[in-house]
Amino acid sequence: MNEMLKGRKSQIVTKGHDDVAIACGKASIAGSVSQRACVFCGSRVVLYPIADALHLIHGPVGCAAYTWDIRGSLSSGPQLHRLSFTTDLKEKEVVFGGETRLYNALISLIDQYKPKAAFVYATCIVGVIGDDMEAVCRRVTREKGIDVIPLMSEGFNGTKKDGYKIACAALSKLIGTDQTSVVPEHSINILGDFNLAGELWMLAEYYRRMGVNMVACMTGDGRINDIRKAHKAQLNVVQCSGSMTYLAKDMEDKYGIPFMKVSYFGIEDMSDALYEVARFFKSDEMMQKARELVREELSKLLPALQEYRAKLEGKKAAIYVGGAFKAISLVKALRLLGMKTVVVGSQTGNQDDYNLLKELCDEGTIIVDDSNPNELSEFVKQTGANLFIGGVKERPIAFKLGLGFCDHNHERKEALAGYEGMLNFAKEVHASVCSPVWKFMK
Amino acid sequence: MRNLELGIWNLKLKKNAMIENTPIIKSTPEYTATRNACKLCAPLGASVAFKGIRGCVPIIHGGQGCATYIRRYLISHYKEPVDIASSNFTEESTIFGGGANCLAAIENVISQYQPEVIGMATTCLSETIGDDVKFYIQNFKDLTDRETLPHFISASTPSYQGSHIDGFHEAVASAVKLIAEGGEKGEHLNIFPGFVSPEDLRQIKNILEDFTIPYILLPDYSETLDNPIWDSYHRIPEGGTPIESVRKCGSARASIELGTILNKGSLSGRVKNNALATTAAEYLLESFGVENHRMPLPLGVSNCDHFFETLSQLSGKEIPMKYTKERGRLIDSYVDGHKYVFGKRAVVYGEEDLVVALSAFLNEIGIEVALAASGGESGRLEDEIRKYCPENTSEITVQNGYDYEMIHEWCAENKPDILIGNSKAYYIARELGIPIVRCGFPIHDRIGGQRIKHLGYTGTQELFDQITNMLIASKQDSSAVGYKYM
Ligand code: SF4
Ligand code: SF4
Repeated sequence: MNEMLKGRKSQIVTKGHDDVAIACGKASIAGSVSQRACVFCGSRVVLYPIADALHLIHGPVGCAAYTWDIRGSLSSGPQLHRLSFTTDLKEKEVVFGGETRLYNALISLIDQYKPKAAFVYATCIVGVIGDDMEAVCRRVTREKGIDVIPLMSEGFNGTKKDGYKIACAALSKLIGTDQTSVVPEHSINILGDFNLAGELWMLAEYYRRMGVNMVACMTGDGRINDIRKAHKAQLNVVQCSGSMTYLAKDMEDKYGIPFMKVSYFGIEDMSDALYEVARFFKSDEMMQKARELVREELSKLLPALQEYRAKLEGKKAAIYVGGAFKAISLVKALRLLGMKTVVVGSQTGNQDDYNLLKELCDEGTIIVDDSNPNELSEFVKQTGANLFIGGVKERPIAFKLGLGFCDHNHERKEALAGYEGMLNFAKEVHASVCSPVWKFMK
Repeated sequence: MRNLELGIWNLKLKKNAMIENTPIIKSTPEYTATRNACKLCAPLGASVAFKGIRGCVPIIHGGQGCATYIRRYLISHYKEPVDIASSNFTEESTIFGGGANCLAAIENVISQYQPEVIGMATTCLSETIGDDVKFYIQNFKDLTDRETLPHFISASTPSYQGSHIDGFHEAVASAVKLIAEGGEKGEHLNIFPGFVSPEDLRQIKNILEDFTIPYILLPDYSETLDNPIWDSYHRIPEGGTPIESVRKCGSARASIELGTILNKGSLSGRVKNNALATTAAEYLLESFGVENHRMPLPLGVSNCDHFFETLSQLSGKEIPMKYTKERGRLIDSYVDGHKYVFGKRAVVYGEEDLVVALSAFLNEIGIEVALAASGGESGRLEDEIRKYCPENTSEITVQNGYDYEMIHEWCAENKPDILIGNSKAYYIARELGIPIVRCGFPIHDRIGGQRIKHLGYTGTQELFDQITNMLIASKQDSSAVGYKYM
């Protein structure tokens, strides 16, 4: 581990060599080329899939331009979330304040797009020019009769995780505002699924086959009116621990709704999720149906996977993703394909996540928090990985160094959750690792 | 859409999901929101320019998000690792100033990359709180006990004062202002290519080499943002204009500056800094008397001729035969294809100087430029377009400060035949069934954006073939017969 940035050491451990706990949740060091984004980004991506809401970014143009349609979250109806709205502040507003511009923007956008609610995101500059965003939002709420919710998500105000918290608090304001709707028995909310490539539709279908109803998904294919009545569900099923646990905890406090953390990635985790839900409702019938479902899906999936496993056995993978929970599932899923994880890291994992990872991984696996291109490439070289799993920013590093790549972040276009997703994952890994092009890289 | 009976969602699987198109809404004069911006922010442009200086690592002085987003955006286009460091503002730095972060960032970048050059770009945040980066750099130099230090270039790039194009030119100008020296006039030419593709940069270099003219190209990211494969990771990719060359810009025979709008404008909404920005070439003219030849990007026969003739005249050398032949072939193809393109109505959008050059090219092949739009706000687009589109018979709608939703509305109403520009208007093309030819920046939904050649006779040739074939294809696809000959 040569030439690591000073102060980074505690954020890297090697299983079997360093017995220290990993330091995480630290702000990135100045001057590092971090893969992390900002508070605003955290809030924006969590709420992004709510398709019938207006998302207005109060700030200069860049913050909005870079987040335009960046996630592959699908909607079965309105597509308003796929437009990028910004107040596009100019120097004039920076000097004299941007409240009028914000007010005008909100009024005209609401008149024209008729959203069910509006989210207004503060970017760094709003934090320093002193706009009273909350007051403007209150005023527009009054005048337009829809909830206009400010998110004080100035980018410098913490890490992406803090942005998740702020987004959860915004959702929390909406939850419980529909008192009249009635929801059927055995109802759940799905938290932390963003309906990338239609994954939510697949999951909800599994639940439906077991006799479980979904009240709201937060936030994949999300609708404001579903969120309003989310407090009526009996259980919150939370995926992607990083972003939505705050909300689950909040709903537990406020409405006494218990939550369970699940992962839909990989066969084991997916099946466990279904069983856990059946166990929660203490219904034998439901459990029976879940077992049938798993059996049925596996009988299709396993033979198909075998073919890939034969080709991938013994290959090595490096993982660097947003949430550590996802990393954990990936380690397991790769194992199912006969592959070994040699490097694993995340942008936002917490202590528990990293402990779990440490338990799960083989000796010698490098575990890392908030990494950067330099480090990652170093690790990949050291370990001789054949595959890298990460986001868009890691792709060119992997390719330049001649190893395969699988996109497992929020821009992906292939569904990777559930049983169908596992097969897609195997296909993708195979297509990259076993491509003949690598032979020219020697 | 909802299954009311069960009170749950009517689950739709991917295949039969109904996608509603976003309703098209007319904007009103009081409209104050930008909807799908057709421009990016200034530090992005500055980062690209810095990437074109040898051994340079850019640092964006501001929040972490800015650098991460900009990297992601650039990587999606260039498909290359793009390292850009951030000074990672925290709440403290926002209140007490970003000095400590700035110094720490410099120190960390030096120890991790050992760069030859550090390019600092500011952001909206650091500019608003009044951070003085030049002062911080001086501080760093005073305090450090390092013996060898990188060169520092800093550009002031708050986005509320201009777009990525302004940031780009600002960074190039800053490099020249800080590094260039005068001296005895040499034979070499300075070429300031503007924000063009790595392939375009290679094209320009080939041309100058074929002419055997010594030259300095600034910036030159033809390699740094379009690398071959590596056997080991390069912290800083090879290539780029060496600092020694930037130094010699002051003693050049002349400068050629491609683009006529550059960063000359963008005063909309400015309060504090109401001075026109100077370009690198202007500065060299003023400070060292290096004569400047400003011209549109060499795209289209006329603009290419202008470029080649200028080279020939400045160097006293004949235009190499190779290019005369390329020109001949291009015109030959114009003739072969003229009927398929004549009278077609095009929408051209993106960076202002590219829009001007593309319009001029379309104009010379008989395509009507129906709408020329840019998110840039120079206020000069209209004049330039009129100047370079003498043949256009019908009204050209020219729009500065336009966003994609305005283009969307315009297209829905005016039904153009083709869209020409970056990949971000794809959604409009898809919804309205209009063919789109991708060029410029960014190209996020195809590979090879960094290899699109726009410039020179062969660059024009490639665009001409693509546009013509796209028009032929759309006719062929919609014909009942599916004919086998053109
Ligand atoms: S704050 Fe300014 S510099 Fe940063 S992303 Fe937003 S527009 Fe760009
Ligand atoms: S300005 Fe702030 S909010 Fe916007 S991208 Fe940069 S760090 Fe994030």
